[in-house]
Amino acid sequence: MSDERQVGVVLVSHSGPVAESVAELARGLAAGGVTAPVAAAGGLPNGGLGTSAELIGRAAASVDRGAGVAVLVDLGSAVLTVKAMLAEGDELPENTRLVDAPFVEGAVAAVVTASSGGDIGAVEAAASEAYGYRKT
Amino acid sequence: MLDADFFRRWMAATATAVDREADHLTELDSAIGDADHGSNLQRGFTAVAAVVEKDAPATPGAVLTLAGRQLISTVGGASGPLYGTLLRRTGKALGEAAEVDRDRLARAFAEGVAAVGQLGGAQAGDKTMLDALLPAAEALGSSFRGAADAARAGAGATVPLQARKGRASYLGERSIGHQDPGATSAALLVEALAETAADGGVDA
Repeated sequence: MSDERQVGVVLVSHSGPVAESVAELARGLAAGGVTAPVAAAGGLPNGGLGTSAELIGRAAASVDRGAGVAVLVDLGSAVLTVKAMLAEGDELPENTRLVDAPFVEGAVAAVVTASSGGDIGAVEAAASEAYGYRKT
Repeated sequence: MLDADFFRRWMAATATAVDREADHLTELDSAIGDADHGSNLQRGFTAVAAVVEKDAPATPGAVLTLAGRQLISTVGGASGPLYGTLLRRTGKALGEAAEVDRDRLARAFAEGVAAVGQLGGAQAGDKTMLDALLPAAEALGSSFRGAADAARAGAGATVPLQARKGRASYLGERSIGHQDPGATSAALLVEALAETAADGGVDA
């Protein structure tokens, strides 16, 4: 069940390298079978810090396999831009969800769950549960 | 009555004002933010003025909806989705009407402002653009000039406040004593509306 129709994961950070690196980390930790599609949407198209609706839209379309897309974000404008795009209705694939989760830990949980065939609800739950893991 | 052309001129006037005040906005933002408010809004409203000129949407609602979408896709900072939501929601509330009066605009604008509060989770007194927009929306029911004055007074009144939203909130008490850049740019938007109305001989 992990061979097709996996949930896609989009990682939105203010920084291109942060988004790319977290995507690489999550893919690496999920490896072992077929890894779910993951796309990074970091920074501005010119490489600067910020949030680009264009990059987010493109990333979401690239990971959409028809099973939904989970979007994880870092700060401020990343959160607001994704919310504003969702409110528009037609800028993101059907069944795209903004997932309330810590960025790095949530990304790993989301990609592992999506890779093992979890549906969008399971991916969202796994990512959000990462908030519950206390470090001290 | 206000037609699509009036709204295009409002967006163009806002672009001009943001252009003129970009350095000032960035200076305010360098005190309590990340020093990009002026350049971000400059990029956004320049793109807005160009697209509403090129596409020439036929109704007031369509002008603002297009402007809002353009801001979300070009600004890059939090002011993009916030201003984008303000204009888009106001535009949607205006519906398909070919012309609207000030009363109708005031009601639609109030809906747009409420949507901004919902998106950012902010309230009056949090030292955000809402501190200019909320009093402006209320005063717009009476006059354009009153709305501009209320927005500017609201922006000025953010100086003694402690920021509770956005990056400035990380500064805690150190955010006190600085005028909020978002409230300042919001006052420019409303001032541009009043100027456009005065230039067109609309209302007062």
